[in-house]
Amino acid sequence: MDIFIDQFFNIEIMRKSFPLLLSGLWMTLKLCSAVILLGLIGGLFVALGNMSERRWLRWISIAYTDLFRALPPLVLLIFIYAGLPFAGINISPFAAVVIAFLLNNSSYYAEVYRAGLISVAKGQWEAAQSTGLTPAQTLIHVVLPQAVRNVLPDLLSNTVEVVKLTSLASVISLSELLYNAGMARSVTYNASPLVLAALFYLVLLWPLVRLVSHFQRRLAA
Amino acid sequence: MDRFLETFFNPVVMAQYTPDILAGVWVTLQIAAAIIVAGIAAGLALACLRSYGIRVLNVFIICYADIFRALPPLVVILILYFGFPSIGIQLSGPMVLFIVLAATLAAFAEEIFWAGFSSVEKGQWEAGIATGLGFTRTLTYIALPQAFRLAIPPIVNRVLAITKMTALGSAIGVSEILSSATTAQSFSGSATPLTMSVIAYLAIFLPMVAAARWLESRTAWKKR
Repeated sequence: MDIFIDQFFNIEIMRKSFPLLLSGLWMTLKLCSAVILLGLIGGLFVALGNMSERRWLRWISIAYTDLFRALPPLVLLIFIYAGLPFAGINISPFAAVVIAFLLNNSSYYAEVYRAGLISVAKGQWEAAQSTGLTPAQTLIHVVLPQAVRNVLPDLLSNTVEVVKLTSLASVISLSELLYNAGMARSVTYNASPLVLAALFYLVLLWPLVRLVSHFQRRLAA
Repeated sequence: MDRFLETFFNPVVMAQYTPDILAGVWVTLQIAAAIIVAGIAAGLALACLRSYGIRVLNVFIICYADIFRALPPLVVILILYFGFPSIGIQLSGPMVLFIVLAATLAAFAEEIFWAGFSSVEKGQWEAGIATGLGFTRTLTYIALPQAFRLAIPPIVNRVLAITKMTALGSAIGVSEILSSATTAQSFSGSATPLTMSVIAYLAIFLPMVAAARWLESRTAWKKR
């Protein structure tokens, strides 16, 4: 038992690695805000393409979502980070992570938006446009708010997945939370920094996970 | 254009490393199958246990499901792989990958099945018990089939998301597709093995994504 506590909950080591992990957390948060923001915007456009009346646009958007949902995000990340330099395109780790996860997440967000857009009755479009709103105004002021409200739990749970996903950036040595924790582990030969990183993630994400469950229950009732 | 093809689709490199990538595909498929079976079975078992309404037990189940839904799997993988040997528990890379991803899938599956149970009308439970079936038989014969049907589309999506994470095995030396590809890439000095891994993953997962899309459109259609 003592060995267990010493190896996983060593307060002294946790205290020493805390500043390093905190700077990692900062990078994680920066990554999250970039990927989530771009993913939310990109996903909306992909979803609109999916709902388009133009067939070629629909096909492109379906191909896009299926392609990037079929590829594991880590494979995409390695391909961009390690593969593109072979084609003479050098890219920073941060940019590689943002691009790889944007491709992945905009596909997932697009599927969520699509479900939301379908859930808004057609009469809403027609009514709004007959009052003289342009299609863009109808979308922004009438349809989107209702669509987003209907799929809020799914948007939220997808966002939780994005935050968890950023931990993969450690594989290409971007000094985010998990990478820094791994560094601290290899210096101290002790797993406590990893446990501390897990606690950081829990503090960050447990409230969101609860919120998702809460929303789902309310929608089911 | 020639240089592009030479870099990403070099036929000589492809021929040389195809056996390695295929070996990786086999490893990925085996681990994925084990994860799916164990994860769904455990999730279903937890959801069933939860329906008995034993308070202490439910607190544990809910905490377990919450924690494994909130933690990035890679964090848990690293803790098991690098931390456990120092307390005398030596687990192989594939074993760690299996345990962590099956546990993650179980957490999500539990929530999905539980949502399914919750949506079965109260009258159904009461009717089952009133006819003398008892709680356990009402659960297995009446609630479970209905919950299961509701759970299929979200379960399929989650299974896809989690089996894709077998690629994380490359971080702890499991010789699945991605790590075979990165090894081949560093030996050959060519990006072609990475392209091959992309093709291998698409060959495995694209049909599954398409099937999931079909399944979803079918259930959505039924609801209308």
